[in-house]
Amino acid sequence: MADKHVSERLIALLSGRGEDLGAEWAEKVTGSLGGRVARAEVERELREIYAALVAALSDGSVDGYDEAFGEVRALLTELSRNRALQGFTPTETAVSVFALKQVLEPSLVGEDSDADAYLRFAALLDTLGLFTIEVYSRTREELIAAQAEQLLELSTPVVKLWEGVIGVPLVGTLDSARTMVVMEKMLQALIDTGSEQAIIDITGVPTVDTEVAQHLLKTVVAARLMGAECTISGIRPQIAQTIVALGIDFGDIVTKSTLADALRHALRRSGTTVSRTAPQAGAR
Amino acid sequence: MTERVPILRIRQVLLVSIQTDLDDQDVLLLQDDLAQAVVDSGAHGVVIDITAVEIVDSFVGRMLATIASLSRLLDAQTVLVGMRPAVAITLVELGLSLGGVRTALTLDKGLRMLEDDRVERGSEGTAPDAVAHA
Repeated sequence: MADKHVSERLIALLSGRGEDLGAEWAEKVTGSLGGRVARAEVERELREIYAALVAALSDGSVDGYDEAFGEVRALLTELSRNRALQGFTPTETAVSVFALKQVLEPSLVGEDSDADAYLRFAALLDTLGLFTIEVYSRTREELIAAQAEQLLELSTPVVKLWEGVIGVPLVGTLDSARTMVVMEKMLQALIDTGSEQAIIDITGVPTVDTEVAQHLLKTVVAARLMGAECTISGIRPQIAQTIVALGIDFGDIVTKSTLADALRHALRRSGTTVSRTAPQAGAR
Repeated sequence: MTERVPILRIRQVLLVSIQTDLDDQDVLLLQDDLAQAVVDSGAHGVVIDITAVEIVDSFVGRMLATIASLSRLLDAQTVLVGMRPAVAITLVELGLSLGGVRTALTLDKGLRMLEDDRVERGSEGTAPDAVAHA
């Protein structure tokens, strides 16, 4: 059993100078992280991994995806997850694993069996290193997805402009997912506030293409189905040019160039009149 | 087992309050009943309240449009009230915009809409006279 022999030799190497190797490893890793993580913290993490690694090797396996390495993988998952969240690069994360190779090198005595053992160990560490990077990128992706969701929530407020008039200022690009959120929020707000007028302000939407126009139309039709009227405001000159050039037809939907115009229109439709009087002195 | 949807009369308006999700058979029955009721009562308006309806399909959506044009033919204005956001989104996704149907947020607003409408139509009726006198 070559595996058996290799893992025995590795255990002998690793546990022979266990304390020294662990300390040296922690030293190297701390150096590579540029002091952004406390030495004690790194040492604690690595000591756990080190212990789990030796335990897995004593099961006679040198395959990183083996069941015996479950504990090691769990610890590495935690480590790279933390590194990803703290904003370290993938290299800085993976080096934690690869540094062990360099640490082990000096203790080899140059026998053939040692060379064999070292190569197997290097392969094992490569596997674990790749695993670390995989976890790292997965964590990052989760982080991005969560942020995108938060951004979606943040970027679609529904505000009450007047009694019976709500406004939806849109900022940023409109896609299907976002339109859905906007539509749901706006329709719910219509019911909650009992408003019959809604104004969608697209001043902050950088471009309007056929897709965006389609989304806007859907929202307006849905509001109409519920018995509310929807006005689109904030159409800038360039956007008006684009809309005409693309041949988009907004049908009988009322569009206004500014939010103020749209508000005046909505107020008139709901039968509210606003009149100008002499300026009032500052209230006390 | 089909259950008939009650059609209530409040002065000159018929109120149809749909309380359950309808199947195709119920829908056809309602259509017949309502047409009959409009003729019998001579109502000038029909209010369909769908506050309690949570699920619609294309058939129900088309039924609503059919009822509206049916009532209009019998000289009664139809107002659809209390549609839920989820239902509105579903209808839009189905491509049904219910072009000829008037809608209102609540039953109260729907009734007021019919009332305003009648007043307007009443004044329209007198308009030609006024022109003639002038």
